[in-house]
Amino acid sequence: MSKLEPQALTPAPTTVVGARVASPRKRRRYSLLSGRDKILLFFMVGVPLAIFLVLIWGMTLVSVGLAFTNWDGVQPIKFVGLDNFTQLFTTYPFFWPALSHNVLWLLVFVFFATPMGILLAVCLDRQMRGTSIYQTIFFTPVVLSLALVGFIWELQYSPLAGNGFIDSALVSLGIVSPANAPDWLGNSSINIWAVLIAASWRHIGYIMVLYLAGLKSVDPSLREAAAIDGANERQTFFHVVFPVMAPINVVIVVVTVIESLRAFDIAYIVNHGKNGLELLSTLITNNSISEASLLGFGSAIAVVLLVISLVPIAIYLTRVMRSEES
Amino acid sequence: MVDSQKPGLLSGGQVSRREVLKKGLIGAAGLTVLPAVIAACSSSAATPTAAPTAVSGQLTGKLTLGNNHSDASDLAGVKTINAAFKAATGLDPTMNTVDHNTFQDQINNYLGATPDDVFFWFSGYRMRFFADKGLATPIDDLWAKVSANYTAGFANSVVGNDKHVYGIPVDYYPWCIFYRKSVFSTKGYTVPTTWTDLLALCAKMQTDGLTPFAFGDKDGWPAMGTFDILNLRLNGYDFHVGLMTGAQKWTDPKVTTVFQTWAKLIPYYTTGYAGLTWQQACDTLVRKTAGMYFLGLFMTGEVATVDKTAVADIDFFPWPFFGNTYDAEKALDAPIDIVMISAKSPNLAADLVNAKAYCQFWSTGATQMMMYQANNGFIPTASDADTTKLDVLTQKAVQIVSGAQRITQFLDRDTRPDFAGANSMQSFLLNFLNTPTQDLTAFQKSIQDFWDKLPNYTG
Repeated sequence: MSKLEPQALTPAPTTVVGARVASPRKRRRYSLLSGRDKILLFFMVGVPLAIFLVLIWGMTLVSVGLAFTNWDGVQPIKFVGLDNFTQLFTTYPFFWPALSHNVLWLLVFVFFATPMGILLAVCLDRQMRGTSIYQTIFFTPVVLSLALVGFIWELQYSPLAGNGFIDSALVSLGIVSPANAPDWLGNSSINIWAVLIAASWRHIGYIMVLYLAGLKSVDPSLREAAAIDGANERQTFFHVVFPVMAPINVVIVVVTVIESLRAFDIAYIVNHGKNGLELLSTLITNNSISEASLLGFGSAIAVVLLVISLVPIAIYLTRVMRSEES
Repeated sequence: MVDSQKPGLLSGGQVSRREVLKKGLIGAAGLTVLPAVIAACSSSAATPTAAPTAVSGQLTGKLTLGNNHSDASDLAGVKTINAAFKAATGLDPTMNTVDHNTFQDQINNYLGATPDDVFFWFSGYRMRFFADKGLATPIDDLWAKVSANYTAGFANSVVGNDKHVYGIPVDYYPWCIFYRKSVFSTKGYTVPTTWTDLLALCAKMQTDGLTPFAFGDKDGWPAMGTFDILNLRLNGYDFHVGLMTGAQKWTDPKVTTVFQTWAKLIPYYTTGYAGLTWQQACDTLVRKTAGMYFLGLFMTGEVATVDKTAVADIDFFPWPFFGNTYDAEKALDAPIDIVMISAKSPNLAADLVNAKAYCQFWSTGATQMMMYQANNGFIPTASDADTTKLDVLTQKAVQIVSGAQRITQFLDRDTRPDFAGANSMQSFLLNFLNTPTQDLTAFQKSIQDFWDKLPNYTG
């Protein structure tokens, strides 16, 4: 491939020159746009672009600016330099737990939930009986609103005194004594795992559907060829199907990373992200859009989350651009 | 967040937040088209001539009201009162009802932008906090008219740091220890009056197979009530208020005593309390698996939803005494709700007379009884309220509170809001409850460090 690339590149300048030569014709093609087209273009491209710039990039820049202030939403804005960040990294007791929980979330998704989703997709892709029933079952959690997901799992995880299903079952089966029944949501060393199970329950279905769609688009003749060459199921998947699925794989990785970084809902529904369930997103919410109104400090946490998010985005974009070049 | 009595499905707040915006926009639009009312016309009408606290006579112009009483029964109460106000004055307030917790979360932005003329809020530090920021209008002239209808405890709770009055107390509820009379009588328990008695009773309940203290701290704020009462009774009102406002330090050995005393109670709490809501904990008392429950009087509402017949079996007693010099204070948490006038309402100049008349209307026992009839959790604050119409439990609550020499509001109302949230005091208290044997010196230092890093509001 690498030998071919220079050849592929050489004709490129000529086409560019050609385009320049042909520019009068091109200009005429542009003029084919009627006034109505231009208005339409303005509304369909210009307006969304403006909204995007203002609401996404404008807000992002404002947030970055606020991170260097101690604004409370009412009093005049006062710049405090890097104070918010030094406090965040040194004395603020909830930052490092939150960051580590986000990392844990990412690791569990990358090494457990996402592979499980892929595994389910591969299993369901084989023309087995009742596949659509299974698909529906695994996909249901994704369709449910997160408020409902949180509520469902609260009922499961409630302590014995709250008639939680899991603890009641464990006790009535004689697995644990009532006094030792785990407090799934209240024990700060296990509640993050309990919440991760709930989050994975949802994430697995999401990945499954994405991957299943990808698998359907794989040319069946590739599998046939692999089978003729004597490859078994495992070899076929890892050496033939998986490489062909490269574009989908990138999407899956990006989705997984994004879902981990923006993890918020279930932890917030359970206990507003405290007592072992701190996440960067809940810290931002509790500081910025609560009665506390520490907008400056909350923005500083948001900036940290933004910087972390930029890493996978940058990796993704460079990959995409590289593949477009080649 | 004692006010977050019904946390329920929290993400529902998203929807109501949107509604708030919507209503806010409509409200703002409405305000801009309002004609400028000549206040002079109505000023004479607002001056009461009959009873000192009665409002009568015709009012003209407009009045907007920010209402955080969003629960159905509470909202019905406010509507009844608005109708009565209209009957008395001819003025129908334009009400903007916002979900209770959302209102609290957005109070900063609300008061700083385009608030309604009149709004419901909390007395004490939370009122002074916004008064200091210049977001509330002083109502000393109105207070002079109605103050005869209030006892000293209520009067103190509405005075700002600048000695001006900023609110009219409208209701309150005390924090006490609740129990089921039938459980106490069948087991032969007696109501403890001292700390030693309380611990002995706890031990006895435990041997009887009961959970001595129902407790659910998933929401974070219930633990604050216990900290308050222990600190008040062990170290006195002045130290507690000093601690809440930053004059005293969290590293003080007196605070260590509070946590050490608290540690003796933790073994008697419901197993898994950190994963239980206060409602679930309340249910254990109703089901008679727990013996006692320390909470605000509003818990009777939850008792009624679980088992209506159980309400008659509920009784309570104030927190037992430690046998020290602070016993005489009989201090306790009894949060007071107030009605206030904002400062930045775009129409306030024209509406001020109406706003004051509305606040005055709320200062009468007759008005406050309408709210009580809508929800028994709202105990009237006015002295002229007809207490014979209150139920037995409420009368007892009134008796306990009026006997108290010192009243506090509750930790999250007595201190700055950025210190009382989920990722501040709620987390610290849960941290202590999880590991009461930890190094308290380091623990208390972490709280003080957190306080010290909060932005300086006055500076």
